[in-house]
Amino acid sequence: MSREAYTVPTTAPNLGRDQSFSSEGPAVNYLCGDCNSKVALKKGDPIRCKECGHRVLYKERTKRMVQFEAR
Amino acid sequence: MAPFVQPSEAEKQRRRIVGVNAETVTDVGSTDFPGHYPGEDHSWDAEKFADTFQINFHKNEKFNSSFSLVGIDAAVANAFRRIMIAEIPTVAIEYCFVMNNTSIIQDEVLCQRIGLVPFKGSPQGIREWLKWYKKPAEDAPKDDQFNTCFDYNTIRLTLNVECTRNPDAARGETDPHKAYHNAHVYAKDIKYEPFGRQHKYFSGEGAIAPAYPDILIAKMRPGQCIDIEMHAIKGVGSDHAKFSPVATASYRLLPVINITKPILGKDAEKFARCFPRGVIGLETVSEKEAKAGTPYEGHAGEKKAVVLDAMKDTVSRECLRHEEFKDKVKLGRIRDHFIFSVESTGQWESDELFLESINLLKAKCQKLKSALDDMNV
Repeated sequence: MSREAYTVPTTAPNLGRDQSFSSEGPAVNYLCGDCNSKVALKKGDPIRCKECGHRVLYKERTKRMVQFEAR
Repeated sequence: MAPFVQPSEAEKQRRRIVGVNAETVTDVGSTDFPGHYPGEDHSWDAEKFADTFQINFHKNEKFNSSFSLVGIDAAVANAFRRIMIAEIPTVAIEYCFVMNNTSIIQDEVLCQRIGLVPFKGSPQGIREWLKWYKKPAEDAPKDDQFNTCFDYNTIRLTLNVECTRNPDAARGETDPHKAYHNAHVYAKDIKYEPFGRQHKYFSGEGAIAPAYPDILIAKMRPGQCIDIEMHAIKGVGSDHAKFSPVATASYRLLPVINITKPILGKDAEKFARCFPRGVIGLETVSEKEAKAGTPYEGHAGEKKAVVLDAMKDTVSRECLRHEEFKDKVKLGRIRDHFIFSVESTGQWESDELFLESINLLKAKCQKLKSALDDMNV
């Protein structure tokens, strides 16, 4: 019963999340956890509120319709 | 065949009483059926029933009525009660389509609450024009879901509210009603969206609207919103309680209090206190009543307990717990006197509910009768 040995990762590590890395892609709206303002982020944008600099952002609720029986 | 024996009036009255004693209840079942008393005729007769049956209304408000059915079997009275609760159709919300709900109350809980909101609308439109909605089959493809939704079987409603800060509110305002707009979501925020021919039946006074506009559905804070579309359909209470047209529909038997020996003076006051107010009254024993040889002999001018209104009694049996009233009072109920209490939720009027329960029972009987005729033996 030998444990799997540690293997050195072969792929390059991802860039740090704060490193600016602009690329195209649709902007997704987030809500700032501190000031509640809307923050539009694209892929690779720094995760930071543009108004207050808070680093906690929340995803908005899905726009998809959900159906329930009223029972 | 020997002629039928006629029981005396006193005997007939005695047979109607269910005895309520300190620990036991006696004579619960009815005995007025053929064969129970030898030599007596108890066959059911429509004419005899029509002569003896009575309906008295005690209260007939729009949505709350109370009435007595006298001279009917418990089985039939109970059938009316059950039909009122579970078989009279009403309209209630059945499907909720949640576009957005950022309030703290979860989607499924919110939808369940919305389903329980009672609605009112044109009686003629709801009862005659509106038809049953046929639910799509379980395995039907998703695209066919609305193939059976038409103007004559589906009522469309929307609830779209967003809570915002009130800029005119004073600083430090703590009352959410003043500090925010739409902090509380009420039933009146549910809006009716007529389509097709519905405007012909449900417009003006007859529009579909919550029966009670101030039912609280959810609470919100600024930035939260609720956006739901709803489909209301016709249904019956046996399917789900939200379709039940009554808040309560119940009956009780008329109480009887029989004071067999005089209760006088201080005892009479104590006796009155054993019952709800207005059931027992105090009267002065007159000279005439206190004649020699009567139970009131020598008690002229004293207070005696008399029964004023037995209907108000709750039959708590409190008086049976006291030694001084032993063998002086008999409690009971009248077996064939049903005091109904029908409280409507707003879609039907209370007295209409009872009439409709009769209609439904009649329809069931006719159906059974025709089924018996068609039976292949």
